[in-house]
Amino acid sequence: MNTPIDDIETGQAQARREALERTWADRPGFIGWLTTVDHKRIAHRYVATALVFFMIGGALALLMRIQLAKPENSFMGPDRYNQLFSMHGSAMMFLFAVPVMEAVAVFVVPLMVGARNIAFPRLNAFSYWVYLFGGVMIFTAFFLDVGPEAGWTAYVPLSSSDFSPGKRTDFWAQMITFTEVAALCIAVEIVATVMAMRAPGMTLARIPLFAWSMFVTSLMVIFAMPAVMLASTFLIADRLVGTHFYNAGEGGDALLWQHLFWFFGHPEVYIIFLPALGMISEIVQTFSRRPVFGYTAMVLALMATGFLAFGLWVHHMFATGLPPLGNSFYTAASMMIAIPSGAQIFCWIATIWTGRKALVAGRIATPMLFVLGFFALFVLGGLTGVMLASVPLDQQVHDSYFVVAHFHYVLIGGAVFPLMGALHYWFPKMSGRQLSERLGRWQFWLFFIGFNVTFFPMHILGLMGMPRRVYTYPSGLGWELPNLIASIGSWIVGLSVLLFAINVIRTLCRPRSAPDNPWGAPDLLWSVSSPPPAYNFEEVPVVGGREPLWPADRPLQVMTGLSHVRREALLTTTMDAIPATRWALPDPGIWPLWSAIALTVLFIWSIFNPWGVVLGAIPFAVAATIWFWPKRSQPSLGGANERDC
Amino acid sequence: MNAIAEAAVERRDVEIVGDLSDLPDYNFGPTSLGWWGVFGFMLIEGMGFVLAIGAYFYLFPFEHHWPPVPVRPPSLLWGTAFTVVALLSLIPNLWLDRKAHRQELRPVQWGLTLMSVLGLVLVVLRACEFTALNVRWDQNAYGSITWALIALHTTHITTDVYDSLVLNVLVFRKKVDGRKFSDVSDNALYWYFIVASWVVLYVIIYWTPRWL
Repeated sequence: MNTPIDDIETGQAQARREALERTWADRPGFIGWLTTVDHKRIAHRYVATALVFFMIGGALALLMRIQLAKPENSFMGPDRYNQLFSMHGSAMMFLFAVPVMEAVAVFVVPLMVGARNIAFPRLNAFSYWVYLFGGVMIFTAFFLDVGPEAGWTAYVPLSSSDFSPGKRTDFWAQMITFTEVAALCIAVEIVATVMAMRAPGMTLARIPLFAWSMFVTSLMVIFAMPAVMLASTFLIADRLVGTHFYNAGEGGDALLWQHLFWFFGHPEVYIIFLPALGMISEIVQTFSRRPVFGYTAMVLALMATGFLAFGLWVHHMFATGLPPLGNSFYTAASMMIAIPSGAQIFCWIATIWTGRKALVAGRIATPMLFVLGFFALFVLGGLTGVMLASVPLDQQVHDSYFVVAHFHYVLIGGAVFPLMGALHYWFPKMSGRQLSERLGRWQFWLFFIGFNVTFFPMHILGLMGMPRRVYTYPSGLGWELPNLIASIGSWIVGLSVLLFAINVIRTLCRPRSAPDNPWGAPDLLWSVSSPPPAYNFEEVPVVGGREPLWPADRPLQVMTGLSHVRREALLTTTMDAIPATRWALPDPGIWPLWSAIALTVLFIWSIFNPWGVVLGAIPFAVAATIWFWPKRSQPSLGGANERDC
Repeated sequence: MNAIAEAAVERRDVEIVGDLSDLPDYNFGPTSLGWWGVFGFMLIEGMGFVLAIGAYFYLFPFEHHWPPVPVRPPSLLWGTAFTVVALLSLIPNLWLDRKAHRQELRPVQWGLTLMSVLGLVLVVLRACEFTALNVRWDQNAYGSITWALIALHTTHITTDVYDSLVLNVLVFRKKVDGRKFSDVSDNALYWYFIVASWVVLYVIIYWTPRWL
């Protein structure tokens, strides 16, 4: 049956839309803000919080660069500097990089696969609160002078009670637990959303590449994060209850920490990088006006990268005296991972080369600018990565500024540039408003230039022998000029981030005016209004290809039959996305917040008293039980029906 | 070269190609979100067990004797009793899973009650096990990792027994919707994981110190 769009606008359709709005509406006011389970609202606050942590982490870096701008500077002492670089690394890795990628996915993936909400919406809300409380806790500790001091890697014995007395490292270890719980919750949600909530017809071979990248990333989170949770739990147990996991005097071993930490830490780099690859694929496809070249190769490359990432961790430990055969294996594995990364870069180049260049007002669009910046920077970072994979070279520059330069090229060039592009790209859908292209271009060029001015000299500093994590250095070693240049560059980057903040705030103060599909993109996310309604899709979209919105004049196919008066989503089969279940999703509720508060009490209590783990579990169990108990306030989950009985 | 604005498309025509109203509102296995939740958390926790076991064998060569002299291996009584009861519990668990799939309320109610009781028995046996490890967690690294393995499993079994008790109350309420059957089936799946992971841990904790 064909239904022209004019017929949809009848009174019946309007009534249906109003019913949907009532069903999916949050409670009004502040209580609605606290109780929402809407993936879009939670993603907004997740992204905003992660960006705030990014800016604070960046401000810490600027302070460090002031200290290092000249030799024997007395701007700050060694103790403060230790806390600053530890907080900078921890905040950027645990409170910004991983959460912001997951946060973007929380917004984008359900819309991209045609779902009405993310899987496990209350777990999603819980994840945000746990993440927020963990971040607030560690920054509060930092401002009270009990911030971490042993680096973001917290190597033992430096982080043991002997060398890090007091509570500084304990707060760090529990911050890890907070952020990992939050990250694992989202990973499970994304896996379930991509595997079970796709629109009918969206077979495995039709999943958008960003959704694929988030699926692989989520599996990596699931397999990698338990390692750091275990490592940090062992560490806090050694410090608080006298266990000996890392104590060589009683049969433990300090390198156990490094193995567990890097079994997480190396995949972590790819956990940050893979979402960025997905973002690039979406942006490149849209602005080249053609499907991505080599879709199957791209998906296989994502999987290969995810798999190989677990075989590289020992290349962080070449300087620890491992057997030569082990070193050779990890060198080979480290070099091998360049293959899938390279394959993707060639696919993107082929896509851009053979596509039509979509411009905005005659210029390259800001999202695409950031992607082009990524190509330049990531190739440089990748090349120094291949250099570092070689044992002799690694041992020469280990723990020097060469390594600092390398991982900033990979992480900022490889992940923050695509992220910035993606934020510009998806901002119209997230807020209903388009960011200023002019400010975006200024932001890009300041970032690109400032970044290279900051980090390129660090390669030279490293080769000249400057170790990382030193609070000052003597004059006369030839390190003065590169350090001064790096410090100047850091302020240019700071200015660029400030411009981004101004662009966002200025745009948010304007009325909503973005069209549904301002970039002419091909995926389902752009088929709904900007911003989308609370229920995302009025009817379930049906997909017949990889680019359901191309060509632009093709009608959108839908299936009807999901309830308008209770929160229903469609579950489909894993392989072929055949409709299987009308699944009721939960209504808003306060108990995810209370559960997160109870868990926060447990974690912080356990820093001071090990019984906190046992006694703190009781309020958490109570809160979690009430969360799951059928309630009258949850009509979608049968609560109202029970009352009727 | 085309301008983005030209490509920007407003609402397009909609074509209805099917109706979903006849679909069930609950299901078993991968077409139920509960299954994906249990599956995801089994992966996470399974990885936790694998890594903790890896740490156990990583620490193993750092001692001349395992356990280090004069520590004795854990006494077998309670751990073996726990293992036997856990393995026997698989029979009613399998039966309960089948009844849940057939959506037979009365057998599900009593099957879940039996599983809850067995779970509580196992928690008591576990408490006894802690008294028979023959080593303290703060004595040496062997003691630390042994306690870590058993504590990790205890966290899981305690959580699952509590979860079963809550579900048990829910299936005795006046109105039981179909999704509860699916929940019971997912709970049974998790129990397999608890028992399977324990069998591996039992061999490691109790027999590695005797065999290696």
